[in-house]
Amino acid sequence: MERIKTLETRDLNQSLRTGGCGECQTSCQSACKTSCGVANQQCENTGK
Amino acid sequence: MVHQYKLNGCNIVLDTCSGSVHVVDAVAYDIIALYPEKSGEEIISAMLEKYKDRPDVTREELLSCLEDVKALKDAGKLFTQDTFEPMAFDFKNHHPVVKALCLHVAHTCNLNCSYCFASQGNYQGERALMSFEVGKRALDFLVENSGSRVNLEVDFFGGEPLMNWDVVKELVAYARALEAPRKKKFRFTLTTNGMLLDRDVIDFANREMHNVVLSLDGRKEIHDRLRVDFAGRGSYDRIVPKFQELVESRRGQDYYIRGTFTHANPDFTKDVFHMAELGFRQLSMEPVVCAPDDPAALTEEDLPIVLEQYEILAKEMLKREKEGRGFTFYHYMLDLTHGPCIYKRISGCGSGTEYMAVTPWGDLYPCHQFVGEEAYKLGDVWQGVVNTALRDEFNSCNAYARPECTDCWAKLYCSGGCAANAYHSSGSIKGIYAYGCQLFRKRIECAIMMKAVQAGLGPAEA
Repeated sequence: MERIKTLETRDLNQSLRTGGCGECQTSCQSACKTSCGVANQQCENTGK
Repeated sequence: MVHQYKLNGCNIVLDTCSGSVHVVDAVAYDIIALYPEKSGEEIISAMLEKYKDRPDVTREELLSCLEDVKALKDAGKLFTQDTFEPMAFDFKNHHPVVKALCLHVAHTCNLNCSYCFASQGNYQGERALMSFEVGKRALDFLVENSGSRVNLEVDFFGGEPLMNWDVVKELVAYARALEAPRKKKFRFTLTTNGMLLDRDVIDFANREMHNVVLSLDGRKEIHDRLRVDFAGRGSYDRIVPKFQELVESRRGQDYYIRGTFTHANPDFTKDVFHMAELGFRQLSMEPVVCAPDDPAALTEEDLPIVLEQYEILAKEMLKREKEGRGFTFYHYMLDLTHGPCIYKRISGCGSGTEYMAVTPWGDLYPCHQFVGEEAYKLGDVWQGVVNTALRDEFNSCNAYARPECTDCWAKLYCSGGCAANAYHSSGSIKGIYAYGCQLFRKRIECAIMMKAVQAGLGPAEA
């Protein structure tokens, strides 16, 4: 694709099947405490 | 839903429901904008007219680009339909497990910061320290209610948790003893203003704390303006050397230098850069949370300044990274390939369900920001959650719970936002904090732009 470059990303639809283990960090436990930092978290499920 | 924006010379297209990120040239950017409403021929005519001075924009080439757009759509990477909403409402029926507690080990503080959302540490109540017995019961409550979750998180918070340090150490030892028999792993965080940091605390924190959050607002004059002791003296000179000693000895383990910016410093990037100059590399800077009539509150006039600051910060971070003196900024940390799954993105921070705050007396609240709001008391660590209606309300508070979020491209990044911010802004946890939403969207735009540049898809000069 000449005019379009796509970054590698996690497919959210695919994560419907592989996600949901609930082991990831609660976002407020990291650094914010006053806003929602869900997007800034990492997945803990290495076998996803 | 598709969101398109231009930033720092990058044309970015987000397909929010698949999570895809495309970096495109100006022609493809326009084609994608027209694609949902116009036919292929209409798009080609419009592009040939708009780019008539560009020899590379030919009918054949435009047809090829249209095919690429269709291929991405067919592959589920562009114009992906939002099919997640029904799932969001299924969450209401899930029995929640508890996996994280914010332990308010000290409702007292040795600083007197006027902007403190905890009202100088006491949350508008009595000053108090958590006893070991209450903390121990809180840890038991956590383990008992954590179901099959292995990773449990405990934040030692306050007030100032170092004012009850012996209890913190005893609680860590108690939790460690629970790990093997109960098949759990505790991750501890310490959030401190640094006033009582000493060698004992540093050694213990480096051994036991998964993360330490160190409060510093940046430049000395900014920090000392609000972060003062009860005699009115600024704390900067007393805490910075201690923070440096702690960070230096942490040997790669997580920490954050976390600041708050207010109406006094909407140009907060100067404070972030000051933190970097002090040698810190893991930085976080949060907009103040306070009543609109508080002199520290950010104003409408501050908004364009703050939005611009986020762009300045992102560009400067890219520059410094290239020069080998980069740093991380919490809100720009996006892991595009190993980030949160759709369940996490819909359900949000977990306040009131998987995450709760515990007061020194053992009362449970949905999160640290609700402590002191009697109507938001969930129960206590002995009886557990007794206000199940309140817990259910938080359980249904997700990315699809707010009508204002329906057409927002960012809802799967913020999960509908912070319930406490919404409550303080609108009076309801299912309202929104519109000011914060604007800041949030800008931060995500900046963070994704940085990913594009880091992948080599940004402008040559970036």
